Amino acid sequence: MDVKIGLECHAQLLTKSKLFCPCSTDYHNAEPNTHVCATCLGLPGALPAVNRRALRYGIKIALALGCTVQPETIFYRKNYYYPDLPRGFQITQYDFPIAFSGLVRIESDGDDGGKEREIRITRVHMEEDPGRLVYKGTIDTATYALVDYNRSGMPLVEIVTEPDLKSPKEARIFLGKLRSILEYLDVFDGNLEGAMRVDANISIEGGERAEVKNISSFKGVEKALYFEITRQRNLLRRGLTVQQETRHYDEVRGITLSMRTKEFEHDYRYFPEPDLVPIRIAKYIEEVRREIPELPDEKKLRFIKRYSITREHANSLTFDIHTADFYEDVASKRDPKLSATWIADVLKGELNYRSISMREASTRISPDDFVTILTYLKTGVITDRGATEIIREMLDHGGKPEEIMEKKGLGSIGSEAIETAIEAVIKENESAVQDYHAGKKEALNFLVGQVMKHTRGRAEPKEVRTMLKEKMER
Amino acid sequence: MIRKEEIEHIGWLARLKLSEEEKELFEQQLSSILDYFAVLDELDTTDVKPTYHVIGITDVVRKDEPKEALEQSEVLRNAPKKEKGYIKSPRIL
Repeated sequence: MDVKIGLECHAQLLTKSKLFCPCSTDYHNAEPNTHVCATCLGLPGALPAVNRRALRYGIKIALALGCTVQPETIFYRKNYYYPDLPRGFQITQYDFPIAFSGLVRIESDGDDGGKEREIRITRVHMEEDPGRLVYKGTIDTATYALVDYNRSGMPLVEIVTEPDLKSPKEARIFLGKLRSILEYLDVFDGNLEGAMRVDANISIEGGERAEVKNISSFKGVEKALYFEITRQRNLLRRGLTVQQETRHYDEVRGITLSMRTKEFEHDYRYFPEPDLVPIRIAKYIEEVRREIPELPDEKKLRFIKRYSITREHANSLTFDIHTADFYEDVASKRDPKLSATWIADVLKGELNYRSISMREASTRISPDDFVTILTYLKTGVITDRGATEIIREMLDHGGKPEEIMEKKGLGSIGSEAIETAIEAVIKENESAVQDYHAGKKEALNFLVGQVMKHTRGRAEPKEVRTMLKEKMER
Repeated sequence: MIRKEEIEHIGWLARLKLSEEEKELFEQQLSSILDYFAVLDELDTTDVKPTYHVIGITDVVRKDEPKEALEQSEVLRNAPKKEKGYIKSPRIL
């Protein structure tokens, strides 16, 4: 049975002030209701005024997604009552959004391998974020809600896709790609809590579509969609019908719940916002277009061509702009292939393990520190293990590569010291040496291990192996 | 003419509790408004562009500069119920 998924992605823009008022957007970690004014509280008589930077960011996103930016854009009121919406309406866009019809390419690693897929973008529009509701317990067990309007009026861009996604996994990959593009544009930070929120329309062949609201994390999307597909499949299997409805995703329990809503599209009574005038955005287009940097797809191809690295490494290094910049800095000073391996495989692995972003990590390890580590490695001053050890120490406790090497005694030891260690190991392990001479291959591995232990990992295993063999066969 | 169920639905959308007398009153008032629109509809507007805004200005935007917000105590002054800096509201599903 074919699954069709379309997404409505809401991304908070990195402006300094809100969309329609000059309140600061720096409210994360702030006390509730401290970043609000008459406008974002919906007090009578307060007038909205459009933030020009937010508009430009919206246009930048639309252009990066290959959309056609419209000559003129108009804001609308969408009327509904909910405690997080202080005016009783949300200022959003309707039939004159900033842009229509774009395209995002994703690499879907389905069962049939890395296949390139095109996901069509229906439209891009701007709107204000509502406030935030906090419940004690969950939404259906709490007796009341607490409202914080700090988020009210935050600039959002809404990106709507056609129902081109075929699985929850594809939806996750798409969102990852979207995040990557938005971060390249420097208009969005996916690490901020609630920076991206998604509503998903999902249907299975032969059923109506359901809309799942309130998906607020990248991981949540895949989980919410799997749950919803299973729910719809079970209904269809039992010969029941899937009803067209709006469902709420409960992140804590990982399930979707019917919202039993009585409101429909025509009940929103959209009409042009009388307090805001039409804006001719055509004049921004060329200027904004020049601000668009090299995007992930182009960068990936350039890395493969210029640095002769694998597609996998190029993918891994270009996903996040900070990682890509870090790599390029290192690769321009040291062996690009070695740099790719050590950043894509080792450094990224250590970052994932610690759940820290590359942006954060680069305050602890600079590209120049990394160049130093790779230089030590290439000239045999340290071993692979020593290099990994230095990276870990820098991430966990800070410091400089040379200090750590000194302090922890990570420097590789010379051939003479290795020879001494080998002699000692041969003396201590006579039976293993005999086994080796009797043709037991594992005995050699054991002996190499013993030498590594003796040298506390400061010898190159390959060199130890060669030297051991020579010594025993003499 | 507007039906009573429509009045009730509009009332619900605005979260207003309407008495029977009010429903009857609004039925008459809204009906007469709609009747007037029927008069307006008689005008031939085929060659007239839709009006999205009545004043002829465009392109009013402001710079992205943050300004001081209200004090939390000021913000909460109008709230009938509050808790730890939040405004308390009924739970709505």
